[in-house]
Amino acid sequence: MDQGAGLPQPSALELSRRAWRRSRARRSTLIGLLSTLLFAVVAYLVVTNAPGWPRVQTTFFSPSVAWESLPEILEGLWLNLQVLVLGGFLVLVVGLLVSLTRTLRGPALAPLRILATAYVDLFRGMPLIIVLYLVGFGFPALGLQGMPTSPFVLGTLAIVLVYGAYVAEVFRAGIESVHPSQRAAARSLGLDHRQTMRIVVLPQALRTVTPALLNDFIALQKDVGLISVLGALDAVRRAQILVGQSFNFTPYVVTGLLFVLLAIPSARVADALSARARRRQQSGSLL
Amino acid sequence: MSGPVLDIRGVVKAFGDNVVLRGIDLAVGEHQVVALIGGSGSGKSTLLRCASLLETVDDGQVLLDGEDVTDPRIDADQVRRRMGVVFQAYNLFPHLSVLDNVTLAPTVVHGRPRAEVRDEAMTLLTRIGLAEKAGEYPDRLSGGQQQRVAIVRALAVRPRVLLLDEITSALDPELVGEVLAVVREVAAQGMTIVMATHEMGFARQVADTVAFLDGGVVLESGPPQQVLGDPVEARTRQFLSRVIDAGRL
Repeated sequence: MDQGAGLPQPSALELSRRAWRRSRARRSTLIGLLSTLLFAVVAYLVVTNAPGWPRVQTTFFSPSVAWESLPEILEGLWLNLQVLVLGGFLVLVVGLLVSLTRTLRGPALAPLRILATAYVDLFRGMPLIIVLYLVGFGFPALGLQGMPTSPFVLGTLAIVLVYGAYVAEVFRAGIESVHPSQRAAARSLGLDHRQTMRIVVLPQALRTVTPALLNDFIALQKDVGLISVLGALDAVRRAQILVGQSFNFTPYVVTGLLFVLLAIPSARVADALSARARRRQQSGSLL
Repeated sequence: MSGPVLDIRGVVKAFGDNVVLRGIDLAVGEHQVVALIGGSGSGKSTLLRCASLLETVDDGQVLLDGEDVTDPRIDADQVRRRMGVVFQAYNLFPHLSVLDNVTLAPTVVHGRPRAEVRDEAMTLLTRIGLAEKAGEYPDRLSGGQQQRVAIVRALAVRPRVLLLDEITSALDPELVGEVLAVVREVAAQGMTIVMATHEMGFARQVADTVAFLDGGVVLESGPPQQVLGDPVEARTRQFLSRVIDAGRL
C-alpha cells in the first residue's frame, strides 16, 4: 500500500477490526510457540529415555569423532561439488538440446525426434544407481582406447544421462506452456522457427520453469553422493571408510548434515523465485 | 504496381470436417482498405490467417504482388516479412519492453542497423502518444495502449499490406476509439489494409470496400454505402439488422 499518504483516516469500525485481527494474530503466534515447544520437549524426552539412547549417542553423535572426521569428509565433499557444478551445467545443456529436438517438426527430422523421445523414456525410468553401475563398470570393461576410467568422469556422465532426461521434460513443459499466439505473433513478424524459439519462446519458458529446475538441482545436490558406489573418494565414500575403521557412525551423520547445509541456500532461492513468479502472475491478472 | 497487392483466389480452408472457407475471392489494390464483416465463425479470422500464411490453405491461391505465396516451394518466412498482422489479443511479447517489441523484427529479421530502427520506432511511438512508455513492459499498459503498440510493431517492418484481425474486439468500449484513430491515420497515409471488424461505423468511414462473409464465401462486396446501406442479399440485411439491434452501427 504505497499510496497510504492519500488514504483517509480509518473509521472507528475499521480500527476495531484491525485491533481484533491483531489480537487474533498474537494469539495464534502464542499457540504456535507453545505447541512447538511442547513437541520439542516430548520428542527430546522420548528419544533420550529410550533404552538404547546412550549407545546411539556415542556411535552416531560423538562430537570428538565428528571433529576428527570433518577435514577428511570436507575433502571428499569438494569432489561432490565439482561433480555438481560440472554435472549441473551439462544437465542444462543436454536437457535444453533434447527438449528442443522434441519440438522439431517435419518428417525429415523424425529420427532425431524418436531418438530424443527414446532417450527420455529410457533414462527417466531407470534408477540412477543402475545407470551408475552400467556406465561406471560397463564402459571401462569395453576396453576402448581413450575410454575414461576415472569414477569422477563416469559418475558425472551417468548423472548427466539421468538428470538430462528429467530436465528435458521440464524444459519441454515450459516450451509448451508458452501460448501459441506468441508463436503466431513472432512468425507473422517474419521470424523463423529458430529465431522464434530463441527470442520469444525460450525466454518465457525459462522464466516459467526456473523454480522446477531449482528443485531438480536440489535433488541433484544429494544424488552426487551416489558416485561413491563407483569408488570415487567423495564425502560419502570417505565417511564409509572412516566408519569401517572405527565402527562409529558419526561420519555418516556429519556427511548428511553437510549435504543438508549445501541444499538450504538453493531451497531458499527456489522459494524466493516461486514467490516472485506468483506475485508477477497475480499483478498480471489484476491489470 | 498496377495489379492488386493482395489477391485471394478461391481459397478453401477446413479444420477436420468443418469447412470454414469454401472458395473466397478477394482482391485488394494498393492503398485500399477492405473491411471483412460477417457473423462470428464466418471465417474472417481464418481468411486473414490463411493470407498471412499462419494457416496452410486447402485449395486456392494467395498472391502477394502477383507472386503465388501459397506455393509450398516458397519461403514462407520471407513472405511473412512483407506483411504486418495485428491480433485480437494484441500478442505483444511480455518479456520484452515496448520498444524491444517494436524493434525486434526490423533488427533481427531485416537486419537493419539498431540505431536507425530505434529512432524510427520512437518516431512511431511518439505519433501514437506512447513514447514515454517505450521502456515499460506490455502488462503495465492498458489494452488500448497495448493494441496501439501492436499496430506500430506490425508497421515497423514496413509491410506491403496490414492485416487487422478484430483488433478492437477485446477492448473496453472506451478504449476502442484510440485504437481506431491510429488505424484511421495509417489508412490515410496510404497503407493497404485488410481488416476483420465488428465496428460497422468505422468500416463505413474508413473502408473503400466492405466484404460480407457468410457460409465460407464472400456473399456480397462493394463500397460501404452500398453493402452497409443498401445490401442486395437477404443474409447481409439480416446480419446488419442484428448488428443494429446490438447497437453497434
